[in-house]
Amino acid sequence: MANKENEFLSVRNLEVIYRSGGDIVHAVNGVSLELEKGKTLGLVGETGAGKTTIAKSIMRILPDPPAEIRGGEIFLDGEDLLKKDEEAMQKVRGKKAAMIFQDPMTALNPLMTVGDQILEVLLLHNNYSREEGMKKAGEMLEEVGIPAERYREYPHQFSGGMKQRVVIAMALACDPELLLADEPTTALDVTIQAQVLEMMKALADKFRTSMILITHDLGVIANTCDTVAVIYAGRIVEYGKLEDIFDHTSHPYTIGLFDSLPDINVKTDRLKPIAGMPPDPTNLPEGCAFSPRCPYATEECRKKVPESKELTPGHICACFHPQSRS
Amino acid sequence: MSRYVIKRILMMIVILWCAGFVVFTLTYLTPGDPAMLQLGQEATAEVIAQRRAYLGIDQPYLVQLGRFMVNTFLRFDFGKSWVTNTNTMAELLLRLPRTLIIGLGSMIINVFIGTILGIIAGTHEGKWQDSLVMIIAMVFVSAPDFFVALLLILLFALKLGWLPPYGIETMAGYVLPIISASLGGVAINARQARSAMLEVIRADFVTTARAKGQNEKIVVRKHMLPNAMMPIITGVGGGLSMVVAGTPIIESVFSIPGVGNYLLSGVNQHDYPVIWACVIFFALFSSIAILLTDLCYAFLDPRIKAQYSAGKRKKVK
Ligand SMILES: Nc1ncnc2c1ncn2[C@@H]1O[C@H](COP(=O)(O)OP(=O)(O)OP(=O)(O)O)[C@@H](O)[C@H]1O
Ligand SMILES: [Mg+2]
Repeated sequence: MANKENEFLSVRNLEVIYRSGGDIVHAVNGVSLELEKGKTLGLVGETGAGKTTIAKSIMRILPDPPAEIRGGEIFLDGEDLLKKDEEAMQKVRGKKAAMIFQDPMTALNPLMTVGDQILEVLLLHNNYSREEGMKKAGEMLEEVGIPAERYREYPHQFSGGMKQRVVIAMALACDPELLLADEPTTALDVTIQAQVLEMMKALADKFRTSMILITHDLGVIANTCDTVAVIYAGRIVEYGKLEDIFDHTSHPYTIGLFDSLPDINVKTDRLKPIAGMPPDPTNLPEGCAFSPRCPYATEECRKKVPESKELTPGHICACFHPQSRS
Repeated sequence: MSRYVIKRILMMIVILWCAGFVVFTLTYLTPGDPAMLQLGQEATAEVIAQRRAYLGIDQPYLVQLGRFMVNTFLRFDFGKSWVTNTNTMAELLLRLPRTLIIGLGSMIINVFIGTILGIIAGTHEGKWQDSLVMIIAMVFVSAPDFFVALLLILLFALKLGWLPPYGIETMAGYVLPIISASLGGVAINARQARSAMLEVIRADFVTTARAKGQNEKIVVRKHMLPNAMMPIITGVGGGLSMVVAGTPIIESVFSIPGVGNYLLSGVNQHDYPVIWACVIFFALFSSIAILLTDLCYAFLDPRIKAQYSAGKRKKVK
């Protein structure tokens, strides 16, 4: 990767497990990624791949128990977040790094007005008086396209899309330097998805925020991201600049992802979904976790976990048999 | 909001009618002739028939039912006791304060102790505090009231001599009855509060609050507790039904001349007006308490409040 000094966020060999019953869920298994200031990194992968877990690890808000960060380092602006104590982390959360949660329906406190929920984060990180804070919270609402008069309304009076906007306003309220957006649009109607995304991108640009955008949607990635990490069973299988991933797709899983997309330019009779099911995270297969579903898998793939290899500068692929699809 | 209250009060009246109908029908269907039971074996058929006519129980079911409903719900009169010939309503009111002290006293204990125990258990899931509270709740909910009452009498009255074993000459006489009546409710409220806490601890909005950088203590106070209060308040109704159901037993164990004991005497002597009056009183007591809990709920939860408050309701885009 480019020189480390530029890296604003750098996650190295992150390992996270959940204990559920007697089982250990291997949710994140040695993930490393980098993000430069002002850039957007896309995190794609199937459900259960560990995307939310990675974001929550960075915020250090994993539920403990059952989650446990087993190892790794998370550097944000030169400081290892995993070494900070709780009090120091509280200063980072909401201020330096903020998160937009996956499900806007449940992310807001049903008993607090939406305005007060934005106010809460503002008062925590600024020396505002209550009045100043309320004024700023109203401005944040306007910023995401909600009239400030609706400050005193409760979440149940808002539609899903509006709740998502409130969640976004809350996350952006204190001008965070890092924004973790966890599928900010999946809960929304397709028609407003684009709108909300545009708005987020504009706001992120305006506040010069670095962003990790988590999504299932490769189309969203194409429109928003500078770099992309494809994650499978808690590992990054392919990583690179947007062009690397889209124009020089190498990992069989990524290829599968693209092939399972409908292509409006090509008339096909049916889509090609990736065969098989995602692996059971309590019992990952030996060797490459994708090997049971991979059309190119060989004996080697089933025995050894493939190392990450740099195909071209900055384009990394964890596969013994990288393909080329363009 | 006032529309909601009125609606709820109307519903309550209907529920009381139903309770009246059920209790009347049950006493009507009870085998055994009250007149004969009151007059004894030696009474002649003629005397018994006279007595039946006097009590009005020689008439058809519907006539009796109609008269009962009219007297009870329009005139608020349950008639005279068939045994003592005293006014049932007056007797009931005389006994009411004693039952209310026990009922309300144990309600308060239920709610406070139960909720606190439940919150402690919920916030220490899987730790010893949790196990301890759950064991206590299990014992409380499964131990029969009268058995607990007898144990308490044995320990605090007979062995230690701190409190009177029965009667209500002094206020101290209420302590043991209130404790015995509240244990089941404490258990119910503790379980309810625990599961409410567990639910809230895992709620997404709590994670949101943490992600804002909020201090954990304030997260608990500002986000968890208010939301956990909702189901806890509902649980209060459940605890209450335990109290009501337990009163006759508790009053009889502690020889307290309250409504519960009055009901038992009515049952024993086939004194139907007494049974009607007491049952309807218990139904009224429960409905008022449930109404109050629901109003609390509606007042605290903006989602419910909004359903009932009149006035502008903005349509959401
Ligand atoms: N609280 C938890 N307890 C136990 N296992 C968990 C918990 N949260 C997540 N997991 C497991 O960890 C793995 C990764 O979950 P995660 O939520 O990070 O996936 P994701 O990539 O965000 O999926 P999605 O796209 O559905 O949001 C999954 O196998 C999931 O079942
Ligand atoms: Mg997720």
